[in-house]
Amino acid sequence: MLNYLWAGMIGIGIMFAAFTGRVPELTNAALDSAKEAVTLSITMVGVMSFWSGFMEIAKKAGIIEMASEKLEPFLSFLFPSLPRKHPARQFIATNMIANILGLGWAATPAGLKAMEELEHLEEERRAGRAKGTSRKKGTASNEMCNLLIINISSLQLIPMTVIAYRSQYGSVNPTAIVGPGIVATAVSTLTAIIFCKIVDRSRRR
Amino acid sequence: MNFLIYMSDYIVPFLILVILVYGISMNVEVYHTFIEGAESGFRTVIGIMPTLIGLMTAVGILRASGCLEFISEVLGMVTGKIGFPGELVPISIVKMFSSSAATGLLIDLYKEFGADSFVGRAASIAMSCTETIFYTMSVYFLSVKIKHTRYTLAGGLLATTAGLVASVMLAGMMG
Repeated sequence: MLNYLWAGMIGIGIMFAAFTGRVPELTNAALDSAKEAVTLSITMVGVMSFWSGFMEIAKKAGIIEMASEKLEPFLSFLFPSLPRKHPARQFIATNMIANILGLGWAATPAGLKAMEELEHLEEERRAGRAKGTSRKKGTASNEMCNLLIINISSLQLIPMTVIAYRSQYGSVNPTAIVGPGIVATAVSTLTAIIFCKIVDRSRRR
Repeated sequence: MNFLIYMSDYIVPFLILVILVYGISMNVEVYHTFIEGAESGFRTVIGIMPTLIGLMTAVGILRASGCLEFISEVLGMVTGKIGFPGELVPISIVKMFSSSAATGLLIDLYKEFGADSFVGRAASIAMSCTETIFYTMSVYFLSVKIKHTRYTLAGGLLATTAGLVASVMLAGMMG
């Protein structure tokens, strides 16, 4: 996907420049941008190392496990037909907490494990060993759809990379967007939850 | 709104304090752990550096050709009617496919309008409340060989739209 996106950006840029007569400026623009990417990365190294350091402490102290337990009532609400004590629950919880903390590298593996467990559950359902409506192979279950939609709605609390970019590009107060960002994230996540609940309800009838 | 900005100033230091106190109370070797984590953060950034160079160069070419302005202007005529700034349209669309490509556009907006401008603020908030819909869906569903994704895309697009609208409104309230 990125192949086309990237090639498209450059290709369209060069063709468009031919129409607007800006071709001579392209070389400099490309070189300047490349140089800038390096400057930016150097700032990022500082910010991200600092932040990942603290997140590692949080992880080792067991904050993820502790928070996962607190998430149980929420999971029951969001995944009503997911059996209690099902292995998928723990992975879903870890996936969500890691997303909230902005630990993308911990969120994706947990999320993929959760999908695997949900697929097992579907197999059980198809065989009639587990409760819930079963679907044909290759079709997403309600749990899968809901997990994905919640993931897409973004859960991250502190967008550390955005803060780093802001400080590099002359913001007077780079963290000023954290509060509004949390509100916006809450809006998108609530929309996602309401959507999932409405679809769930209408399917049950 | 004042409360939100006030909270923004305090949340990072507060979080760090909580993590430290909790870590020490759980007998974590905080300093060594910090260094370990910092090292992985360091590697992550160095690892994405080539990506960043590739994408920022592409955005640089697109910007210098005048194409980006053109797209923003054309789309802005439509979206401006509902109060959504045209400058934010390209980044909102690209973010659905690739986070790093969107980063290139985000930086471009900071350079063009300033990180603290209305567009800069709205883009910052939008980046923190949206996800890469198509990327996430393909990675998650491909891993378990799901082809029919049913209502996932509709829900994802709805949540993203809600986030974008909220971003523009909140950025307006900050000013």
